[in-house]
Amino acid sequence: MSNWIKACAVDDIPNEDVIRFDHGGATYAIYRKDDKFFATDGLCTHEKIHLADGLVMDYTIECPKHNGRFDYRTGAAKGAPVCIDLKTYPTKTEGDAIFIDIG
Amino acid sequence: MSDLRSIVIIGAGECGICAALTLRDEGYTGEIALIHGEAVEPYEKPPLSKPGPDGISIKPISGTDRILRENIAVYHDQRVTEIDRTIKSVVLTNGEMISYDRLLLATGARPRALMIDGREIQQARLFRDFSDAKAFFDILAPDYRLTIIGGGFIGLELAAAARQRQVQTTLIESAPRLLGRAVPEALAARIEARHREEQVQFHIGQSISSISPTRKVTLADGTEIMSDIILAGIGSMPNMDLAEQCGLTIDNGIAVDACFRTSDPAIFAAGDCCSFPHALYGMKRMRLESWRAAQEQGAHAARAIIGSTGTYQSVPWFWSDQYDLTLQIAGLPSEGVTIVKRMLDDKSEILFHLDVEGRLVGASGLSRGNKIAKDIRLAEMLIAKRSHPDHQALADPKFNLKSLLNA
Repeated sequence: MSNWIKACAVDDIPNEDVIRFDHGGATYAIYRKDDKFFATDGLCTHEKIHLADGLVMDYTIECPKHNGRFDYRTGAAKGAPVCIDLKTYPTKTEGDAIFIDIG
Repeated sequence: MSDLRSIVIIGAGECGICAALTLRDEGYTGEIALIHGEAVEPYEKPPLSKPGPDGISIKPISGTDRILRENIAVYHDQRVTEIDRTIKSVVLTNGEMISYDRLLLATGARPRALMIDGREIQQARLFRDFSDAKAFFDILAPDYRLTIIGGGFIGLELAAAARQRQVQTTLIESAPRLLGRAVPEALAARIEARHREEQVQFHIGQSISSISPTRKVTLADGTEIMSDIILAGIGSMPNMDLAEQCGLTIDNGIAVDACFRTSDPAIFAAGDCCSFPHALYGMKRMRLESWRAAQEQGAHAARAIIGSTGTYQSVPWFWSDQYDLTLQIAGLPSEGVTIVKRMLDDKSEILFHLDVEGRLVGASGLSRGNKIAKDIRLAEMLIAKRSHPDHQALADPKFNLKSLLNA
């Protein structure tokens, strides 16, 4: 079941960067790479740290605390100390707005 | 690699685990024996001094589940009593003998005991492993009087954990300030102020003249501090007894080369127990005690064991959490002579440390939450690239440091 939520405006996210989006008691991270947008759970699977404080390089988000790395397109964990993948969410752009499908 | 059939790793902390898994990642298919001195599963040590409200629990080292699948023999609750270099074998406490083609010492470090007038003070607890942490937090009750000796990371993190449990906390540091050379003075002062806000009582620049059997601590100036619990966090010493016994070269730790090979070509050492020449800092010999260095050195040593000749280049990095504050340090601030300050907001600052030639050699950041993390990570990459960044760019919080990486 789809449940599209408006998350932010396109210009809210600098290119190759991430912002935090909170909704309904949950927290998400939304990423921009050129004109593409991606969304994952907002907390690292290692110690529940907000990923939006972390560094984005290409398609990798790195946890700001212990450098756990994930591919934010797929959520795949990329080695120690993280071994559990991040959940990802579909995104779409309508005009200036970015929506994510939290299902 | 083909002549290697048996690799023994002594120590199943971050370093030993990472080494074992890296051997498999790199295609080594022979035997691996991992000697683990404790009965519990290998666990992460940083959380022990930063417990949440629910207290201490075992957090397994990431990837430990793979150990079973990867055909790695773990010897729990066993120590090595002897290394025989002539027949290349180790003997365990249970008498079992294991032969090795290559041996990795990942024996870590242990806390320095508190000595006064040449005598060890038994009343002062030490803090290193799970059993130390469990015993400490189990008896820590609200309104207990805790006296911490040593204003380093362990002492300060435990002071924060104690205050969060309403424990009356006093901290004694014999040096003129907290955190020594590892942390710049300006950041150490902010950390001290945060602890004072939380009612930690400090005695800085004070040595201890005596500690009574009933835990009364008397300082050099005559101040008396009554305590229910005393904890000493006054540094650690590399575990190198085995290396000494079998005659390996020692130099502030088990001396290794830039590939973590000891003076015996069949024996390697990595992590807290070794000193190594760091290629990023003019091959200056150093010993690092940190979670990430332990992993990286374990992995590097594993690759060297199976034939890689690469030189270790990783940038030192560590962090500390106290209350709502996060401290992160990349590189070696003490190698710098110039400081450039970047204020991200009024509570989040980064100090960049540059050497005489303007090369970035360290970065230290302090913030509420993890605000400084991105820039510290970028600083780490700039340090690795031996960059000479523009001071104005570093100081301007609106300037994206990522653009310096391609400069």
